[in-house]
Amino acid sequence: MTLDLEMAEIAKVFFQESREGLDVMESGLLSLGAAADSENINTIFRAAHSIKGGSATFGFAEVAGFTHGVETLLDEMRNGVRPVTAEAIQTLLQACDCLREMIAATEAEQPLDQVRIASLNGDIKHILGEASEAPAPVSAPALAAANEAADAGTAGEPGGWRVRFEPVADLLRLRNEPTRMFAELRRLGAMVAHADASRLPPLDALDPESCYLSWDIDITGQIPRGKLDEIFDWVDSGCRLEFTPTGRSAPAAPAPGAKASAQPQAAAIDAWSAETKAVSPTEAKAAASADADRGAPAGAAVQKASGDSGSIRVATEKVDNIINLVGELLITQSMLSSFADGIDPNDLDRLRQGLSQLARNTRELQESVMQIRMLPISFAFNRFPRIVHDLSRKLAKKVELKLSGEGTELDKTVLEKITDPLVHLVRNALDHGLEIPERRVAAGKRETGTLELAAFHEGGNIIIEVRDDGAGLNKAKILQKARERALVAPDQELTDEQIDNLIFMPGFSTAEQISDVSGRGVGMDVVRRNINDLGGHVQISSKEGLGSTIRIRLPLTLAILDGQLVRVGKEIYVISLLAIVETIQVARERLNTLVGRTEVFRLRDEYLPVVKLCDQFGVEPDSRSAEDGLLVVLEADGKRVGVLVDDLLAQQQVVIKSLESNFKSVAGIAGATILGDGTVALIIDAPGLISSAAEQGVGAAAAHAA
Amino acid sequence: MSKRILTVDDSASMRQMVLFTLQGAGYEVVQACDGVEALEWARQSAVDLVLTDVHMPRMDGITLVRELRGLLNYKFVPMLILTTESSPERKMDGKRAGATGWIVKPFNPPQLIATVARVL
Repeated sequence: MTLDLEMAEIAKVFFQESREGLDVMESGLLSLGAAADSENINTIFRAAHSIKGGSATFGFAEVAGFTHGVETLLDEMRNGVRPVTAEAIQTLLQACDCLREMIAATEAEQPLDQVRIASLNGDIKHILGEASEAPAPVSAPALAAANEAADAGTAGEPGGWRVRFEPVADLLRLRNEPTRMFAELRRLGAMVAHADASRLPPLDALDPESCYLSWDIDITGQIPRGKLDEIFDWVDSGCRLEFTPTGRSAPAAPAPGAKASAQPQAAAIDAWSAETKAVSPTEAKAAASADADRGAPAGAAVQKASGDSGSIRVATEKVDNIINLVGELLITQSMLSSFADGIDPNDLDRLRQGLSQLARNTRELQESVMQIRMLPISFAFNRFPRIVHDLSRKLAKKVELKLSGEGTELDKTVLEKITDPLVHLVRNALDHGLEIPERRVAAGKRETGTLELAAFHEGGNIIIEVRDDGAGLNKAKILQKARERALVAPDQELTDEQIDNLIFMPGFSTAEQISDVSGRGVGMDVVRRNINDLGGHVQISSKEGLGSTIRIRLPLTLAILDGQLVRVGKEIYVISLLAIVETIQVARERLNTLVGRTEVFRLRDEYLPVVKLCDQFGVEPDSRSAEDGLLVVLEADGKRVGVLVDDLLAQQQVVIKSLESNFKSVAGIAGATILGDGTVALIIDAPGLISSAAEQGVGAAAAHAA
Repeated sequence: MSKRILTVDDSASMRQMVLFTLQGAGYEVVQACDGVEALEWARQSAVDLVLTDVHMPRMDGITLVRELRGLLNYKFVPMLILTTESSPERKMDGKRAGATGWIVKPFNPPQLIATVARVL
């Protein structure tokens, strides 16, 4: 029988389920702080209860033992015996973290962190008012011996038993068939049952569903008392049940009515709490406190599971494959479209009709396939209640977290990559944005600060906003610092918005004291770079004293791009529409060549470095003269460049193909796509192009301005 | 004909474990993930044994047993509650609701089969 193998498979389900259970516990505990409603505690309790039951069933005694304490505490809270204190919630949250680690370690068959487990166990016991010492370790052999003694009754059992069994009337109604019990007794030894029908009423008064009989049962054989108890366990209550040893003398016959104390199952449960190793609570605490202080929920391996609500788990690889195929289909369709342009005019209408249908179908197909990759942003948002809870405690701030638009869906890859920047922004808002309660009150604001995370769609993009009602950015200080660091020229005038967005510059931090919460100013520029890498855009707006809003704009997917086709000579390139600010005709008088070969173009009050794609990629343009071409103004990271092209062509959605996996990575190129006529067009890496041009150009532009 | 067992548990791993064990022992198994689902199913179908967890969302196992006992075709069906609670009060709650008996978790597959065999 492949029992072990099968059980191992089922254990995997248990691990996954436990992680989901822990998520439920965590979010339940976090909302418990506000209102201790009984349904919530029940839910938390059930989750803990399932983890305990499952771990014990699958033989993870240490997980079961640890959860037992957690469950006991929750049970007392749920029954109103134990008050729901902030301390208890904090301990339970840490217990969730610890359990997550235990489960991850158990699954990976790694050793558990005994010190941490013992310490938290001690904390829980402390709350429960029990002695904080770890329970005296009961060695497994001792336990087994105890069981054996109870089971086998080695002390010398009697040669048989006389059992008096007077059941309650509803014995049969509950389907406790006496005949089945007798059959089991018979398996233990020779058995004779004498039915006592004296209580049987006259026929007309007889209720056929009731039991009127009682029995005297003689059973011979060396039978431990525990075996008999097991058989009568279910009917014990309400029945008159007497066991009298018969036959040989019984040296250690238990008193009638007493239950064997060490049934194997009961013993196993007691053993749960004993399994955890004894470690001195004080030294354990010291070692574990560092651990406990880590803010984020532990276990990077914790995989958020999709809920039970009719969802499926699909390997990303398979989905990518489908997406690729649909991309090909799109290409075929656009190939047919361009082919239709030169066909017999008589057939054109029908062909066009068919093609438009094909276009619609492929489009729909593509959209629905893309949907498979889409996940609600709640997968990223869900971790914030815990982060905010832990952090606000640590910073002694009062914070109310509001989430909205959790159901907004975005691409799995985008979702995964946006989570860390979001965490950073939230930590920043808590650390630097929101004030401590006294200062808020002094400023005439509500004591509790508000932090809002909102997600919504806007014109084919997804917008995520992180809003706080804190102090806002100190513009004067930012500007001063930016000047100190020569990020801004001394006489340069900046709008409020431009000043705010200086915080995204590399190496910028305004926190008076560097804290361990939100880092040392290496953060915001990294946040912006990560977001830009996703083809997104971030900006901050802030009102002093009223708070800040950080707005992140992200593409819905990384697989498709809204592109502008541009032509340089015979080559066609694609530029993301998101990067294009405007396109202008080049007037010679605004074009200046600076020292070296750098050209700049004066656009209103600004000097833009000019990037000639023909030079960049070594293609022969229509004309060497700049005023024959068009200047496409691109913006990324707050920097702008003008890109010189020969002509603008159509705008269309293109399917992005990786250049790196099909060829190799090329500077200035983000990828490739296949156009309707089957030719390959390269997609311009706008941020890359801009930053490399700006490096050469900014100095030049500044030199020119000065 | 093989006996049919209705098992009710909100934990997927427990359901799988019970399913695997009972099917391996030759029983036909019907599953529900809480009391409400089980009761809904039971109103239209008959089984030879009900095996239910206690703590479940929507409707717990004790309530389920009580409700099922009220159904005509479940009047005499054996019902076992499957629970980690070894406390006498919990067992009595189950008993009062009409449970035939109980299985205390953790149990292993042979224990489950042996217990089921006591009533089927």
